Amino acid sequence: MERIALLASTLCYLFSFGHTLYILGAGRFQPGRFNFLAMALGALAQTWYLCLRGAAEHSCPIGNLSETLIFLSWSIALIYLVIGTAYRLSLMGAFTAPLVLLLQIIALLLPSEVHVSFFRPNPWVETHAALSLVAYGAFGLACVAGLMFLVQEGQLKSRRPAPIFHHLPPISILSEATMRLLWIGFLLLTLSFISGLLAHLAVAGAKFLFSLLIWLIYAAILFAAKSGRLGGRRFATAVSLAFLLALILLPVIERLSGRA
Amino acid sequence: MNILCAGLNHRTAHLDVRERFAVRDSEMEDLLGRLRSIEGVSGAVMLSTCNRVELYASSLCPMRALEGFRTILSERAGVEAPLYHHATPQAVRHLFRVASGLDSMVIGETEILGQVKKAYSVAADAGTATRPLHKLFQHAFRVAKSVRTETQITSGPTSVGSVAVELAGKIFGSLEDRRVMILGAGEISERTARSLQSRGVRSVIVSNRTYERAAQLAAEIGGMALHFDHWEKSFADIDILISSTNAPHAILTPEKLAPLLKLRRGAPLFVIDLAVPRDADPAINEMEGVFLYDIDSLEQIAALSLDIRRQEVVRCESLIEQHVGGFISWMRSIHAPESHPFRRTA
Repeated sequence: MERIALLASTLCYLFSFGHTLYILGAGRFQPGRFNFLAMALGALAQTWYLCLRGAAEHSCPIGNLSETLIFLSWSIALIYLVIGTAYRLSLMGAFTAPLVLLLQIIALLLPSEVHVSFFRPNPWVETHAALSLVAYGAFGLACVAGLMFLVQEGQLKSRRPAPIFHHLPPISILSEATMRLLWIGFLLLTLSFISGLLAHLAVAGAKFLFSLLIWLIYAAILFAAKSGRLGGRRFATAVSLAFLLALILLPVIERLSGRA
Repeated sequence: MNILCAGLNHRTAHLDVRERFAVRDSEMEDLLGRLRSIEGVSGAVMLSTCNRVELYASSLCPMRALEGFRTILSERAGVEAPLYHHATPQAVRHLFRVASGLDSMVIGETEILGQVKKAYSVAADAGTATRPLHKLFQHAFRVAKSVRTETQITSGPTSVGSVAVELAGKIFGSLEDRRVMILGAGEISERTARSLQSRGVRSVIVSNRTYERAAQLAAEIGGMALHFDHWEKSFADIDILISSTNAPHAILTPEKLAPLLKLRRGAPLFVIDLAVPRDADPAINEMEGVFLYDIDSLEQIAALSLDIRRQEVVRCESLIEQHVGGFISWMRSIHAPESHPFRRTA
């Protein structure tokens, strides 16, 4: 059943991505309701999978890298569904679908055994782990908005914009959305650290240092942007690179985590 | 029953001629009454815009309707009316093309649809729109919507002003709180500023070497005049700079902008350089947050949009043809087939 839920969500994201490619190829540039619906169904199927896994493991289903990536892609999809509706950022789904699909496919290729916890889970540890990944989800979507900014900014700078230019949101809106997503992610990550402290998790060692490094990088980006030292292009580039680094470090943190 | 379309437009008559035949709103009801009194005319809708004066009539005898229309127009203008005319199905096709913007001076412009709707509404209120005309115009509105949504005929801006507005929108989103500075009070600058104002810009500063000219333009467009020596002091507060001075060399250089940009704390700046020779060094486009467009790049974008629109015409014509077929089928279903061949003669 879990496998079916996972495959169903992957197919939904694949459909969303494929449909986006098709309509972009046809020069229509307006993904519309079908893509949004496909993303919503994909997230729903993922929720189903995570519920089943959580019930089987008696804890938040992030016990291995495969589950972690699924949880992360679920967070990104969920935040997109909320942000995409609230800000009506056209074509954001077109940029989000490939990222979510990629994470999901990697997760499918990785081994994913059920680790049944025989101990009563510590709620602070569960909160710490879940909040970290939702924060990563917000950073992921900030990266998507940042990439959209770079594409649109490149179009504006080129002075010969391609047809996609007319369908991408204004750079100021993208910059604002990136900033808000970054704040959301940063606050969630901070809360995750606080819950980690409350869970008496170790505040030393490689896992803690890597996590702290990511927190510091995002704090520096936010500070530089707020103080006007980081203009639009450099801000978007920094946000995108920071998420890439966070993605690279994720398996390392996962391996070093006591939950694995 | 036949549908007759007769009139003159930007292709068949020069502006000097068109303006003599133009019908004012206040005259429309009276004219519609006179048109309906022509023998054989059961209904009439009159479309009068800056680019066309056209009659759409339902008539059993289109030739008489045409001659009656020609006489009325010629009497009003005092010269012979150089009319073209079409009967069913060409008249139907013509209205569908007009409403869809395919017959406009700028292909795909959407203003014409509002004008067609208004013409129909006036005729409906005056009681001169018969059932075939009601059906015809309702169908034309559907065709126009379909053409607009299913093709790219309205794609992209097609004038320097509208390109500037679209680019500003893609940089800033809403233009309501944006501040514009005009450097050099030229005619194109004024038009561009007005285009931006039409999209919500409220604050415009005008700076010119001759202060009186700046004050005059500022008064005309509801802006504020500024001495040319002081324009750099307001630089930190503006979002859009429209430049068209007569300076023989670039006045906006990376060296000059670099310290000014620091004051802007990363806020984007849209520079529209309409001057020839150019006021802005092209190198400023490489600076972060600066988006420079000169007159050539603005015109190229407008031309590109027009090219896209022209390429879409074939798809539009195909869509229209399907609708013409649908409308003719409807006409046949309510009337016995007409046996009066009516050919285009002009």
